[in-house]
Amino acid sequence: MSKSKKIRILMGWISGALFGSGMIISGMVNPDKVIGFLNISGDWDPSLIFVMGGALAVFTPIYHLVIKKRSHAISGDAFTWTTNTTVDGTLIWGAIIFGAGWGLAGFCPGPAIASISGGTNIILAFILSMLVGIVHANQYLAGRFPLPFVGYRKACNITEK
Amino acid sequence: MENFTPWTSLLGGALLGLSAALLMLFSGKIAGISGVIGGLLAPQKHESSWRAAFLTGMILSFLIVAPLGFELPDISNNNILMVSLAGLLVGFGTRLGNGCTSGHGIIGLGRFSKRSLYATFIFMLAAICTVYIRSLFGAV
Repeated sequence: MSKSKKIRILMGWISGALFGSGMIISGMVNPDKVIGFLNISGDWDPSLIFVMGGALAVFTPIYHLVIKKRSHAISGDAFTWTTNTTVDGTLIWGAIIFGAGWGLAGFCPGPAIASISGGTNIILAFILSMLVGIVHANQYLAGRFPLPFVGYRKACNITEK
Repeated sequence: MENFTPWTSLLGGALLGLSAALLMLFSGKIAGISGVIGGLLAPQKHESSWRAAFLTGMILSFLIVAPLGFELPDISNNNILMVSLAGLLVGFGTRLGNGCTSGHGIIGLGRFSKRSLYATFIFMLAAICTVYIRSLFGAV
């Protein structure tokens, strides 16, 4: 196994464990708390601003002061961020649909994965449905699956994020 | 505001930021969860093992925080049909919009990406509207 692959797998475990811990500690795994943040006309709970603030306070300086100055990652791999800067209809509709789903149940992908060991069928139903939704989107983006009213995707210049 | 938890939210958020920074610094990858899952469902060479490892770490993270007194909330009162519909929308929307709360909301915003700024604003707004509509029906 190459050194860069070892780093990729080891860092996958470590950062995955940190990420999941962050989701549980911050309260993002609690859909009532998420809805409490989104429900600005009710008994508003601003905790999620602190989650995002804490994350940005750590990530932003490390990115701009350390990562951005490097030509490649420590493993030798290239950085995989997208160079696409256009705000197009696909991005906007995707964000609207995601937001609607997020507001409907209070789950987004990260907290759902971190909650698997909670042992309820609610989380399993969410994750399985989410996987089905992802496959539909992947197929649509690849120009292989038509949507109602939209049809097949014409321009297939898919940019990997 | 009786459920307001600024300190644990700030600490948990800092861990999310640290995780995203480490993954990018060491492996050059983006810790966007919808991207990690979506990438496994459309696999490319050298891009699956780290994603599988990342998800393993996430699933097992409960074992790390449980001894510290953190618990997963009881969510069994949720309506499974509503949750399944939400799952479909979240899965489809995050792939179409190329990211979720982590990819756009943390990494994209931290990189000052215009796309992520738009996406985060729009999905927050859409989610707030959805919750507002639900509250009109007494569901919140």
